[in-house]
Amino acid sequence: MRVYDFSGIDNVIITSSIEKSYKDLKVLDRVDLEVQKGTVFALLGQNGAGKTTIIRILSTLLKPDAGHATIMGYDVVKQPEEVRKVISLTGQYAAVDELLTGAENMLMMGRLYHLSHADARRRTIELLDQFDLADAAQRIVRTYSGGMRRRLDLALSLIATPQVLFLDEPTTGLDPRSRLTMWKLIKDLLMSGVTIFLTTQYLEEADQLADKIAVIDDGKIIAEGTAAQLKQQVGKERLELAFAHPHEFRKARQVLGSQVLHYDEQKNSLSVVIDGSPRHLKQILDQMEQAAIEVDSLSLRKPTLDDVFLTITGRQTTLEIKEGEESHA
Amino acid sequence: MPEHHSKLYWAINDSLIMVWRTLLPITRNLEMLLLGLILPVNILLLFVYVFGGAIDTGNTTYINYVVPGIIILAAGYGAARTAENVSLDMAVGLIDRFRSLPILSASVLTGHVVTSIVRNLLSTTLVIAVALLIGFRPSADPLAWLAALGILLLYILAVSWLGVVIGLAAKSVEAAGAFSFFVLFTPYISSAFVPTETMPKVLHSIAENQPYTHVIEVMRALITGGPASSHGWLALVWTGGITVVSYIVAVHLFKRKAAR
Repeated sequence: MRVYDFSGIDNVIITSSIEKSYKDLKVLDRVDLEVQKGTVFALLGQNGAGKTTIIRILSTLLKPDAGHATIMGYDVVKQPEEVRKVISLTGQYAAVDELLTGAENMLMMGRLYHLSHADARRRTIELLDQFDLADAAQRIVRTYSGGMRRRLDLALSLIATPQVLFLDEPTTGLDPRSRLTMWKLIKDLLMSGVTIFLTTQYLEEADQLADKIAVIDDGKIIAEGTAAQLKQQVGKERLELAFAHPHEFRKARQVLGSQVLHYDEQKNSLSVVIDGSPRHLKQILDQMEQAAIEVDSLSLRKPTLDDVFLTITGRQTTLEIKEGEESHA
Repeated sequence: MPEHHSKLYWAINDSLIMVWRTLLPITRNLEMLLLGLILPVNILLLFVYVFGGAIDTGNTTYINYVVPGIIILAAGYGAARTAENVSLDMAVGLIDRFRSLPILSASVLTGHVVTSIVRNLLSTTLVIAVALLIGFRPSADPLAWLAALGILLLYILAVSWLGVVIGLAAKSVEAAGAFSFFVLFTPYISSAFVPTETMPKVLHSIAENQPYTHVIEVMRALITGGPASSHGWLALVWTGGITVVSYIVAVHLFKRKAAR
């Protein structure tokens, strides 16, 4: 039974100055977040940035060292029981009982959420159908594919119709097709009015799903906003130049100097930010010509969230830094 | 909408669901249960037919001497599997999921222990049946059998809770599995298979004082007659003590480990 009516509250999740350290290592540093009702919020960051720690704190599994957080007005530290009634957690690994069938997993979770037998059974049938698992309902989960497990995992989280859903890296390790299926399922969920808080390492995923994105790095929120806002922060267009020979690539890097946003030594390519005007484009190509560098190919593109991350943190996400490069830096 | 009942009602409800989830796979896979019997039964046959003839057990036949030990060995071996099961739940993240539910989260541990008791009472009955077939002749009256059952229950409870602790503490499922072997081999340095009198002095005093000997001697006294002397209360203290300490450590570990 809830004491207050929070249906009028806009911010379903609020954290203020959350801090968490493991021994000397600071994992979360004064994290402030607000998530509006009925929206998808994505926390974007690399491995070890602190994403899972935030989810564990918000889902009452871990106590913060300082600061506080509320879910629908309930304090996660002082009122964990109340919080657990309105949330549902889908962890990083598909946490399903491998020895039971899909339907048994669902019934178990329904009964643990204290639904009646009839309700648990009704929701089981509904959700397994919705998640395309009806045919596999009576099969032992050990025989499921990775994608099926994730779908079951998500279905388990939804059995008691939670108001806030935490998804910790919902598509990590999935093949592209299963990822698309998960995305569609998550988008469909929004119709029911649920608020979704997800973490991801995939910039595309945040771009696709989230109404609002927070970028986390080393336990700090370093940027926040819609995908469009974040992209605006980092300039209009990217010009990518590719070269046929390594020596031309290196020369171009020298000529362009600080204009180079990032480069890839393996592909002999680099990119610079331009304002999108033909004049700016020409200016760069002129620089190349004056230095007698031959450009093999060029392309213009809108900034992606990869670029956002790169611009804000100064580090690359998808490209691995080669051993040789480290000594250069 | 969730149903409304008292806290106690839900605590029992949640624990029963946890028992259900761990028992269900066993009913579906009876071979697994029988597979768990192969080792204890083999050890029984080995000791009765291979070594037994050469071991002097005084007035009792060797089979009557060794069966109480085999019963304890079989039950302990089975109960130790709890460690693996708990560690598997940790590994796949189920424990985290249960902890985020509005339930008494330790009920998942209770579920494992209750299932271990049911499973091992069943397998122990089968071991006794095999023993009877090959000439085991107990002299216990119903009351003594009841007392033996009580000791057996306490013993399974102790090993199961200790298994929960190992399962929670172990870094991997494989590491947790090693507990079974520990439980399987400890009885060798006890009065399970041979009277301890012929062992070297140091070994003899270890064998005489380790918990297995007390539990086995009580079982022996109850099932085949003979003096239990101080073994009775020592067995109770050991099993009771291990249960209580393991339970406390398990609950503590459960809260801390899962909150890593």
